[in-house]
Amino acid sequence: MSRMLLEVKDLFAGYGGTEVLHGLSMKIEEGSITTLLGANGAGKTTMLRALCKMIKVRGQIMFDGQAIEGKATEDIVRLGVAHVPDGRGTFGSLSTEENLQLGSYTRKDKQEVALDQEKMYSYFPRLKERRKQQAGTLSGGEQQMLAIARALMLRPRLLLLDEPSFGLAPLIVREIFDIMHAINQRDKVTILLVEQNAAMALDMAKYAYLLETGKLVLSGLSEDLKKDEAVRRSYLGH
Amino acid sequence: METFIHQVVAGIATGGVYASLALALVMIYQSTHHINFAQGEIAMFATYMAWTLINAGVAYWLAFIITILLSFSLGVLIQRIIIRPVENAPVLNIVVVFIGLLVILNSIAGWIFTYTIKAFPSPFPKEPPFGLYFISSHELGSICVTMVLLLLLYSFFKFTPLGLAMRAAAQNPDSSRLVGIRVGWMLALGWGLAAAIGSVAGMMIAPVVFLEPNMMSGILLYAFAAALVGGIDSPGGAVLGGFIVGILENILGAYVIGTELKLSVALVLIIVVLTIKPAGLFGKVIVSRV
Repeated sequence: MSRMLLEVKDLFAGYGGTEVLHGLSMKIEEGSITTLLGANGAGKTTMLRALCKMIKVRGQIMFDGQAIEGKATEDIVRLGVAHVPDGRGTFGSLSTEENLQLGSYTRKDKQEVALDQEKMYSYFPRLKERRKQQAGTLSGGEQQMLAIARALMLRPRLLLLDEPSFGLAPLIVREIFDIMHAINQRDKVTILLVEQNAAMALDMAKYAYLLETGKLVLSGLSEDLKKDEAVRRSYLGH
Repeated sequence: METFIHQVVAGIATGGVYASLALALVMIYQSTHHINFAQGEIAMFATYMAWTLINAGVAYWLAFIITILLSFSLGVLIQRIIIRPVENAPVLNIVVVFIGLLVILNSIAGWIFTYTIKAFPSPFPKEPPFGLYFISSHELGSICVTMVLLLLLYSFFKFTPLGLAMRAAAQNPDSSRLVGIRVGWMLALGWGLAAAIGSVAGMMIAPVVFLEPNMMSGILLYAFAAALVGGIDSPGGAVLGGFIVGILENILGAYVIGTELKLSVALVLIIVVLTIKPAGLFGKVIVSRV
């Protein structure tokens, strides 16, 4: 196995007094796509939120050899962790272009930013057509594209994606998955993908983790998990 | 006819002041969903700072700029020290903090500067401009200052990365953190800007209403009315509302109800807007499913 970009040890997290994650440990290889599967309410979204400290955590999170569990979200972002949250989190009253500009808020390399913006428009031509339009008026698929493009404007080393296929038509899901694959291959962005569409996620990801009620119950290469009897019955439906 | 034109022009001049203060209220409302009841007192306090500087022999426009900078710092400090600890407290607690702030600033001003009414200078000449009969130089100057202020603010929010970040932080704090915006500081910056805007409003209205610790109480009421008429979550609406309230107040005061009852125009407007069109002219109607 090659270098680890993210290492999580004994992670506990929750909301208020309710603990949702009960001691998770996980490793993410640099340059890989890893998927986190699990039923509704298993704690997948909570896991992503915990990784960038949107909620309080206990345990250890090492990003690129540096402990980040004590850092604020804003500072974790500055290390190169981008998060496409559950519900997309676009800025509805701002234009598409302003949303992209905000994605590169922490970057100082103005010229590179301009190039990256053009690159996003080439990945998602529909966003270019909608440049001046308020993000809130975009369709669900376009908003998801915008959310991903905004995250990429950070030039992240690690991209956390929370159910990018949620509520979208199969064709658009295909398009988004293709672009994720391209981003991973061409731009060498490491991806942690939370997905309800287990079949597609397992096809794309190299590694997979299975989360059940706040605990990781299974992990390994995606192709091995695909053959696992329990995974097939509960998540692949065959 | 001449007096009518003059009433309208004077309404635009005071309307600009209401517009500025209403804008300050809206800015804080947009990012925190709270009405800063102490906004007027911060402006009053700033005007006293300007008065002190001018009395110490500082030239008017230099004092003007120093006051804006001091007010900005005062706003940032108030947010960091007083407001931040109660940020997540229930609404009523925050309202009490705002009212406490209002009373404290009012009393400190009275204690330091006494309650005697003071004359505050206008930077503009006494004679009407260009021999015009329907407008005074202070009115024209005040309108120009307000316009420049509004234009600067518009450009800041529309064209600078920091302005964009402040708008983003007001709209969606969680997503803002996810792109690396330090949301807490954006709030403090918003308070600073609001205080700075208020200080300009205070300095422009002080030559008209005279300087005393309670000078902003009526003005703030008009600013509330302006913000509500325009829509409490719409900066452009607040500005337009300010001018509408200013002109209405002057015309109704001159021809219908007399100057003594002018302040009731603001109250009537507030009640009318809240009963007929609670979102104001440009406000968003928020519907929530339950």
